[in-house]
Amino acid sequence: MDKLLSVAPSPHLKSSTGVPGLMFGVVIAMMPVLVLSVIFYGLGAIVVTATAVASCVLFEAIIQKYVLRHKITVSDGSAVVTGILLAFNIPSDLPVFMIILGSLVSIGVGKLTFGGIGNNPFNPALVGRVFLLVSFPVDMTTYPNPTGLNASLAESYIDASSGATPLTLIKEGIKAGKPVSELMTQVPDYADLFFGDMGGSMGEIAGIAIVIGFLYMLVRKIITWHVPVVIVSTIFAFTGILWLINPEQNADPLFHILTGGVLLGAVYMATDYVTSPMTIKGQVIFAVGIAIITVVIRVYGAYPEGISFAILIMNAFVPLINRYVKPKRFGEQLSNG
Amino acid sequence: MLKTFAKGGIHPPENKYSANQPIVSIVPPDTVTIPVTQHIGAPSKVIVNKGDAVKAGQVIAQSEGFISTNIHASVSGKVVKVDSIVDSSGYKRPAVFIKVEGDEWLEGIDTSDALNENISVSDEEIIPKILEAGIVGMGGATFPSHVKLSVPRGKNAEFLVINGVECEPYLTADHQLMMEKGKELITGIQILMRGLRVKNAYVGIENNKKDAIKHLTVLAANHQGIEIVPLQVKYPQGGEKQLIKAILNREVPSGGLPIDVGAVVFNVGTTFAVYEAIQKNKPLIERVLTVTGKSVTKKGNYKVRTGTPMKHVIDAAGGLPEDTGKVISGGPMMGKALNSLEVPVIKGTSGILIIPDEEAHRKPVQPCIRCTKCVQVCPMGLEPYLLQVLSEKSMLERAENEYIMDCIECGSCSYTCPSNRPLLDYIRLGKQQVGKLIRSRKQ
Repeated sequence: MDKLLSVAPSPHLKSSTGVPGLMFGVVIAMMPVLVLSVIFYGLGAIVVTATAVASCVLFEAIIQKYVLRHKITVSDGSAVVTGILLAFNIPSDLPVFMIILGSLVSIGVGKLTFGGIGNNPFNPALVGRVFLLVSFPVDMTTYPNPTGLNASLAESYIDASSGATPLTLIKEGIKAGKPVSELMTQVPDYADLFFGDMGGSMGEIAGIAIVIGFLYMLVRKIITWHVPVVIVSTIFAFTGILWLINPEQNADPLFHILTGGVLLGAVYMATDYVTSPMTIKGQVIFAVGIAIITVVIRVYGAYPEGISFAILIMNAFVPLINRYVKPKRFGEQLSNG
Repeated sequence: MLKTFAKGGIHPPENKYSANQPIVSIVPPDTVTIPVTQHIGAPSKVIVNKGDAVKAGQVIAQSEGFISTNIHASVSGKVVKVDSIVDSSGYKRPAVFIKVEGDEWLEGIDTSDALNENISVSDEEIIPKILEAGIVGMGGATFPSHVKLSVPRGKNAEFLVINGVECEPYLTADHQLMMEKGKELITGIQILMRGLRVKNAYVGIENNKKDAIKHLTVLAANHQGIEIVPLQVKYPQGGEKQLIKAILNREVPSGGLPIDVGAVVFNVGTTFAVYEAIQKNKPLIERVLTVTGKSVTKKGNYKVRTGTPMKHVIDAAGGLPEDTGKVISGGPMMGKALNSLEVPVIKGTSGILIIPDEEAHRKPVQPCIRCTKCVQVCPMGLEPYLLQVLSEKSMLERAENEYIMDCIECGSCSYTCPSNRPLLDYIRLGKQQVGKLIRSRKQ
């Protein structure tokens, strides 16, 4: 009797990159942002992130085991990514119970209700964030001022002095009829905006760190450049036009890019595999949509920032985009012409 | 910047352990089993009976219909029986069993190694002689070569493309053939150019075989119309549609053939067989193949008679390693896993790859995370994740509209999927069902 051989259809080779590898790659790409938020917001940033990650992972395991009676899949790392993203989207002095509640909504409602990883139409972290925003509007829109690394936990987390974000300052000011040139003197300069010295949610303040994370994910081939670059350049172009038309009524494009989580959303959230289109062409449409909706919300809507809503709205269009936007097939033109 | 195809593709580890190993002839076994289906198309009709004495090179099964070809005895001896065997496809097929006695060749076959560059046949004789010699595509597709050379009315052959890409990891037989039989290949190319009546031939070779590029470029310099084209290393560049795109920047239309863009593609192994058929009067009864794998002791390139059981070839290469998990006929990306080592080597067997047990099993399947990697690597511009679902759910018309029949089954999607999804398994199933649907519509 011959030795028994394994038989399977080709291919017999398999690349070594698996889902945990990709998710872990995203986690590494988010580390520079975390480091910068700890530098500016101190221990509060750690408390918030640890709470969000722990509760996302725990809720996923508990719901899978006791409610869905399903295999526990937390080892794929996607709940860790959701937890960190949720933390990046909230102020670093948000009370613990709110973070836990937000995590429950992210994982429970945003992800597992739809069938878990791969099946959720909306970005889970953003579902949690928007839930918190509409439930606790005051806590979610007052941001701690940067305290620095040396501040005690009490200073940085429990009773951190809070203020408005630069974007809110400008928005409120324009509404009150003040010219932009005067308002701009009240906000940090561009270098501070880029290097993170401003009020905001944990993850949105650190432009430089986000750019590093973006480059890392490009090099590791976790994402392609299309979605982030198209979002940022479209927002730049759109706000640029508005600014050129009336510079006293509209903030300049660079200010728009560096504030209100544009970079955070473009790099880490709009690129979420599950909730973005399957073709490059579709991703470009998706990105342009996000950019336009963001600017419309900022300039004409009630909220100072808008990228979270813009991403969620465009998430809803993804199945439609996938249905009608197809890759260019090999040999297609010739067969039709 | 070297040329390559535009869309998709992957870079699996090359693992070409047997590169530069000289070609070694393997002594024929005691009994060969020669299947009468070694090609795409109609099975050949057996014309020998039990007890007949045959010589090497003698026709034992005749071409039946246009898309078919001749099958020859690869050894001399006595026909023991004509019976069914399971071949590398996994199906039972008739085969001729020949007990080997001596090594006597049919008269008129030049078995020497002497180079013959002087082409004395007329252009008209080339195609019939290629059919007579039973030549089929030796890259794995086994399409009868005389059919490819017979350009249909209304089509025009402009270029001959020679496939020296050997993009499958592990395999090195074509590489070694280019190194050892370069002059013969150039003569084979000239014969094919005359058969097709074309003025230009391009030989595509990937840049991981720099020595072969250099060697053939020097040899081709004296011959007008033959150009060696170095290509970037990217799988599946050896797919004929990808190769034509890379070299000529022309896209074979969906559902079409290379001739629709004026190209005819031959593998280097096939080209060498054409040389032997025309210049040495020798039918296709032996071929060079790679025997390789991490634990194989004598990894190398071997010249093997058709009908030789895989086991005999593996024994000649040092025997089946202890840790064997899977034995593959062909390369790791498109080859077929064998369930028995009694399966014979046929005209299309490009290699025998032995994979250790720890690499022989698939990883558990996880849900699709819609990472788009399968769409990015598909060289045909398809959406494998979607075709998989459509096939699984038997949504055949939708699958047809999503161009499922364009899939070349290169396996890049399954290779790259981080969730280990069996994309190509389902797409193959869908292709079979859609093919049935299309055929039923025509009736």
